[in-house]
Amino acid sequence: LFPQAPRMFAQSSWNSVSPVLLLVLLGCVLCPPAQASKSSEDIRCKCICPPYRNISGHIYNKNVSQKDCNCLHVVEPMPVPGNDVEAYCLLCECKYEERSTTTIKVIIIIYLSVVGALLLYMAFLVLVDPVIRKPDPYTQPLHNEEDSEDTRSLAAVPTPAGARANTVLERVEGAQQRWKRQVQEQRKTVFDRHKMLS
Amino acid sequence: MDQKGYRRGSFQSATSDEDMLEIAGASMDFSMADDDPPLDREMGGFSSYNGGGMNGTSTMMDFLEEPLPGVGTYEDFNTIDWVREKSRDRDRHREITNRSKESTWALLHSVSDAFSGWLLMLLIGLLAGSLAGLIDISAHWMTDLKEGVCLAGFWFNHEHCCWKSNTTFTDRDKCPEWKSWSQLILGHGEGAFAYILNYFMYVIWALMFSLLAVLLVKGFAPYACGSGIPEIKTILSGFIIRGYLGKWTLVIKTITLVLAVSSGLSLGKEGPLVHVACCCGNILCHLFTKYRKNEAKRREVLSAAAAAGVSVAFGAPIGGVLFSLEEVSYYFPLKTLWRSFFAALVAAFTLRSINPFGNSRLVLFYVEFHMPWHLLELVPFILLGIFGGLWGAFFIRSNIAWCRRRKTTRLGKYPVLEVLVVTAITAVLAFPNEYTRMSTSELISELFNDCGILDSSKLCEYVNDFNSTKGDDLPDRAAGPGVYTAMWQLALALIMKVFITIFTFGMKVPSGLFIPSMAVGAIAGRLLGVAVEQLAFYHHDWAIFSGWCSQGADCITPGLYAMVGAAACLGGVTRMTVSLVVIMFELTGGLEYIVPLMAAAMTSKWVADAIGREGIYDAHIRLNGYPFLEAKEEFSHKTRAMDVMRPRKSDPPLTVITQDSMSVEDVESIVTSTTYSGYPVVVSRASQRLVGFVLRRDLIISIENARKKQDGIVSTSIICFTDYCPPLPPSSPSVLKLRSILDLSPFTVTDETPMEIVVDIFRKLGLRQCLVTHNGKLLGIITKKDVLKHIAQMANQDPNSILFN
Repeated sequence: LFPQAPRMFAQSSWNSVSPVLLLVLLGCVLCPPAQASKSSEDIRCKCICPPYRNISGHIYNKNVSQKDCNCLHVVEPMPVPGNDVEAYCLLCECKYEERSTTTIKVIIIIYLSVVGALLLYMAFLVLVDPVIRKPDPYTQPLHNEEDSEDTRSLAAVPTPAGARANTVLERVEGAQQRWKRQVQEQRKTVFDRHKMLS
Repeated sequence: MDQKGYRRGSFQSATSDEDMLEIAGASMDFSMADDDPPLDREMGGFSSYNGGGMNGTSTMMDFLEEPLPGVGTYEDFNTIDWVREKSRDRDRHREITNRSKESTWALLHSVSDAFSGWLLMLLIGLLAGSLAGLIDISAHWMTDLKEGVCLAGFWFNHEHCCWKSNTTFTDRDKCPEWKSWSQLILGHGEGAFAYILNYFMYVIWALMFSLLAVLLVKGFAPYACGSGIPEIKTILSGFIIRGYLGKWTLVIKTITLVLAVSSGLSLGKEGPLVHVACCCGNILCHLFTKYRKNEAKRREVLSAAAAAGVSVAFGAPIGGVLFSLEEVSYYFPLKTLWRSFFAALVAAFTLRSINPFGNSRLVLFYVEFHMPWHLLELVPFILLGIFGGLWGAFFIRSNIAWCRRRKTTRLGKYPVLEVLVVTAITAVLAFPNEYTRMSTSELISELFNDCGILDSSKLCEYVNDFNSTKGDDLPDRAAGPGVYTAMWQLALALIMKVFITIFTFGMKVPSGLFIPSMAVGAIAGRLLGVAVEQLAFYHHDWAIFSGWCSQGADCITPGLYAMVGAAACLGGVTRMTVSLVVIMFELTGGLEYIVPLMAAAMTSKWVADAIGREGIYDAHIRLNGYPFLEAKEEFSHKTRAMDVMRPRKSDPPLTVITQDSMSVEDVESIVTSTTYSGYPVVVSRASQRLVGFVLRRDLIISIENARKKQDGIVSTSIICFTDYCPPLPPSSPSVLKLRSILDLSPFTVTDETPMEIVVDIFRKLGLRQCLVTHNGKLLGIITKKDVLKHIAQMANQDPNSILFN
């Protein structure tokens, strides 16, 4: 009765399976930074003690666990004699802090590598690409396109049949050409014609 | 002739679920029952009912002929058809529910379809939270990179570099592992030459970061510049901007946001974080068919993603949802509320587990004091509100003037140079003053801080009298010399920030507005707070102070004044109300300060509204000419539909297509000679009785496809829009049936309908066009652009500034 139903179901089941896969992948990526934070150099107890009588203020750091994070365990050597310790410790404030150096290192390295990759790609596009690529006869002259939205809409309609490019390289090149055209259009809209985002 | 109004009224009372409630900006749609078929035929959708035929047969027939790829999609820079999208979703849902009774697999499919929304929200929250964590950590590191580098590992910023070592009480910044640039290059950090070297390195790093940012934006994703919130508002109201929420825009915006913030420019990252979160939402929508194919459902997801964006920016999930409801969204169905909250919570939780600031805090300037305030302090709070309103109006006027200049004159031709010049000026002016040298978030954090005995910054250098200290509760004290120095430095910082932000917001790098306005307000608030504190200390015997602020009591908290000032300035610029108060009280973690915050927010909104009607985002929407139909304003003029409709009296008559007497060639010539986005279909030219409405894009795609695929379709083939085409002589070419792309239920009003009702219909239903009839015959058409132009004309603005269709 519904001949295309099995195909639709197959498509939609793939669509419901793929987000689950993505979720699993995301979990695997996010878990290690969260778990790897318990190395000993990443926790501390920080006690700040203000100036007291003739003693100047001081900050004490010590590598203790959360239950031992109080003035008596961390402040050593104690600058006041025994009977004053309680009064001194009342003024001090102790906080337990933890951080994850692995997360910081990973994130900064990821960020720098992405920036580096983008810079290299930009250098490639600006310097190397025009030399390698012969001028493409099919690149549409974009100057004339701005007055006829019609031709642009006709050109933008995707061909329902499969693409002619078969090999991976040709497909990548086709995608790159399309992306470059898109960026050029965006650049014209934002920077040249000031139609958006001024 | 209020038939349209009557019919709508009866429709609303018949189905009690489908009531529209307007809440200051977005219409909340209470239609939770997805599979109630619309009772009123007029509100029927695209795959709609045959005249007299059964509902079931028509949907079956529509599904047997598979729609062509491209039909039902929209062109770039066009408005979607909300009614069609919503009814398509209802049809899809109905079909899935009907089929779920057939087999277990179908049942599982329907269950997974229901859960897909929640799964999508979970993914959006995770992705948005992770990206926000990445942005926070990288921005912190790069901001400190301008001043020095950590020898223990170059990836540590200043605070983390000195984490392990013992710092002194007075000089909490100095530790041996952190070397400033002059220490690294010269070997020592003192002296005039070292200062100049530090200055020079600071400016060089700032210029490098901003140059890199603007080159990346220009080279890879020009849509990544600016704040993003005006464009997202327009997109959520139904506009299509292809590529604005794409993968490249996401990557470039994330990267360049860090660079722009680190370069010391006077901008924030909250607005761009909303854009980043919406990009995540849009990209993740492609995993689910339900959201990929339906533009209306996708916008629900984008509303939730915007809430997640604000939630990670401020650590305020509820404030994020309210911000999305009040500022960003256009139609906000009630079930999106719960899902937005879920997405915001997941995002906040993800950010917390990445822990960018240590101590599991979400925002850098979280406030932890809970000092009481006195009723008489409302007077300075209201003063701060007035200041916030004045500054907001001033900022909007000058920023719009500057942006208009950038748009129209030669200044706009040199974006890279403009960014470099502004960065150079900012860096050169910012370095000498320590309050502008530190990043703006740190400045706000320091200003919000209440001075206790444990603080040793310059701002807390009061004259201490140790005999009267009891624990941590410090009384009001006289200001020491450090405080006076800090005061005039802060005043200079205020002036600089007020003026430089005008030129920074709107440049071709990602730029947000929340943090600079909060900084301006916080500085003003702190100045006023310290002034009031000193007044209370030196004149504690005056009548206004003697009742509650005796000597030795801690009554004035300058940190609170800074908070109230920040809220006032932010409210004055963006005109947020509820969401602002909720964000601020989620930042403080307590309900004690709701009354001062509300007083300041309301005062600043009233003052700012008295000077200029629009907030900054609406002003930018109007500057760029986006087709955004403002939902908050009433249309109060007495014009009628016939005054606004096209064609006017002097224009050529309405371009129509007849239902079964035009050939392919005729239709193609109409389509190429005009640029309208749709054409009404009538029975015949003589009778002008309306059959339906067909969209240009669908027409072009169908005709092209028919010419290629179907046999016998030539230029002289007749196009037939009805079910039963008239019989033709056997020698004529075969008929092209385009019944499936025709919308059989276009909205119509009569020519005497008041424009108030027409504007209301456009707003509430999200229409693109509306046909005008007279005595039952088609007379003309009103499009959304005509409505916007008419509103602009009535408000004495330039109607030609509406650019897009």
